[in-house]
Amino acid sequence: MSDAIAAVLTRRAPPPRAMLIGGAIVLALAILAMLGPWIAPYDPTAFAVRLRFSPPVAAHPFGTDEFGRDVFSRVLVGARFSFAMGFGATTISLLLGVPLGLLAAFHRGFVDEIIMRLLDLLISLPPILLGLLILAVTPPSLWKTIVTVGIVYVPILARLTRSVALGLLEEDFVTAAHARAEGAVSILLREILPNAWPPIIVECGLRITFAILLGSSLSFLGLGPQPPSSEWGLMISESREFISQAPWIGLAPGLSLGVLLVSINVFGEGLREWLDPRLAGRGHG
Amino acid sequence: MVGFILRRLLAAVGVLWAMTVVIFAIVHILPGNVAYAILGEYATPSAIAALEAKLGLNDPLPVQYWHWFRALLHGDFGRSLVMERPVAPVILEALQRSAVLAGFSFVLVASGGILLGIYAATHRGQIADRALMVGQFLFIAVPDFFWSILAILLFASWMNWLPATGYAPLGEAGVLGWAAHLVLPVAVLSAGLVAHVCRLTRSSMLEVLESRYILAARAKGLPERLVLHRHALPNALLPTITILAIDAGLLIGGVVVVETVFAYPGLGRLLVFAIEHHDLPLLQAGMIVLTAIYALANLVADVCYGLLNPRIRHGRSAA
Repeated sequence: MSDAIAAVLTRRAPPPRAMLIGGAIVLALAILAMLGPWIAPYDPTAFAVRLRFSPPVAAHPFGTDEFGRDVFSRVLVGARFSFAMGFGATTISLLLGVPLGLLAAFHRGFVDEIIMRLLDLLISLPPILLGLLILAVTPPSLWKTIVTVGIVYVPILARLTRSVALGLLEEDFVTAAHARAEGAVSILLREILPNAWPPIIVECGLRITFAILLGSSLSFLGLGPQPPSSEWGLMISESREFISQAPWIGLAPGLSLGVLLVSINVFGEGLREWLDPRLAGRGHG
Repeated sequence: MVGFILRRLLAAVGVLWAMTVVIFAIVHILPGNVAYAILGEYATPSAIAALEAKLGLNDPLPVQYWHWFRALLHGDFGRSLVMERPVAPVILEALQRSAVLAGFSFVLVASGGILLGIYAATHRGQIADRALMVGQFLFIAVPDFFWSILAILLFASWMNWLPATGYAPLGEAGVLGWAAHLVLPVAVLSAGLVAHVCRLTRSSMLEVLESRYILAARAKGLPERLVLHRHALPNALLPTITILAIDAGLLIGGVVVVETVFAYPGLGRLLVFAIEHHDLPLLQAGMIVLTAIYALANLVADVCYGLLNPRIRHGRSAA
């Protein structure tokens, strides 16, 4: 399948500059997120009661919070959770959605109908409500939020894969594979999948933004990692109480989340423009 | 056309029924025992057993489902465990407040998004178009809960123009007090969706403007105004209807977040309350109501699309 990607890459124009800039910022943030726990100047959960509500100063560039914890260290350490949500959830959607879409396209008829109707149920509630519903009963934690966000976006990837695969199944090389008596699994994995990748990759690039948005919103509502975690949505939620007194506690994670999401989005849009200009301007949620 | 509407209606009812099963199943099957969830982690085994007997939790799940579903069909949405009163009036009251919030936002989203989108498309590449593009990126990518906090900080804490949170009933606070509490939530709720509708209207409008029949209309010497209004707009707005249906869903989701931030006592906040307090009957009923509203929004969008799309209106392709 890397051949197919390579083929796509070589026949395209050079990537748009916005995509490269967005990608570079995402990469830099990813490195910071990975190194976070080691380069953070303070322990993100250590209380320092005498230093409560310190405004941003040299020793605490983003100030301190209601327990005297260093907001900069917390934001730095919390970055990992946003990446985990975005990439983890998208991977789950991919692992579930692509096979379902391929199966539906290959078998059509009854199997297709069953799969698509079940997926319709998943989109009969708006994403955030489906997330709330799945997370409502069990005690919240990071991995549950990631799995939930992943499930919420399965239908989008399954439908996309199905429609791409339906087109490819009409192609001559698939007929040839049938004639060689290749099995279903072989046709799907060796003939269809390698050719279906570009639009799926493009969708994933955009899905990551929405996965982080949804994950942090759920976390903001209390259905993600629990205190004293420094997940950004949770940090922003906790900062509300002190918003007029110490706005930096919420502004720091909020602006970081904004920078991360805008750069991923710029990268994703650039990727879409580059790989598939016909798709430009479609899709959301 | 009637057949088309009937089929859609039937599908919506089917989805709604299936969702009652899904919602019931999720609430009752996921790990996290119901009685335990209600009583908390310090509950004694005997207290749990007593509550389970009282709530009929010892019946087989299909029987429990049937009891719940039959009551639902009779308009009995169950009793809230925390508030200890029937759920239906509580939900209805919250729903009315949410409807005000969502209604204002939706009008703003539909009108603002479409107008800005058309403006951007007809002024392609100019400063206004580029400024809108940057704004769209910001509003689509930055989560609404963060905009809410910025709005509270800016307009309530620093400038003191508007109340930060809460709700004032129309009867008690008068029109001004009532409206003042609505401004910030409506603004935050709409901002991201206006950006979304604007962007998609722009791209669909651009696509139409590059088509041959627009070229033909211009070649005939029609005034630009007529080309836009008669020829371009009706076709460009068709996809926008589908987008508005998607946005109705995003709006319902946004209501949950925005009501929570602004402490606005609507259905979204009620749901979060139900989750926080493990009030499962309230949660189930609220979810059913929102599913029904969303299904209705989609149905309306489908029907509008069908009415406006001649290919469906004349029954050639009832897709």
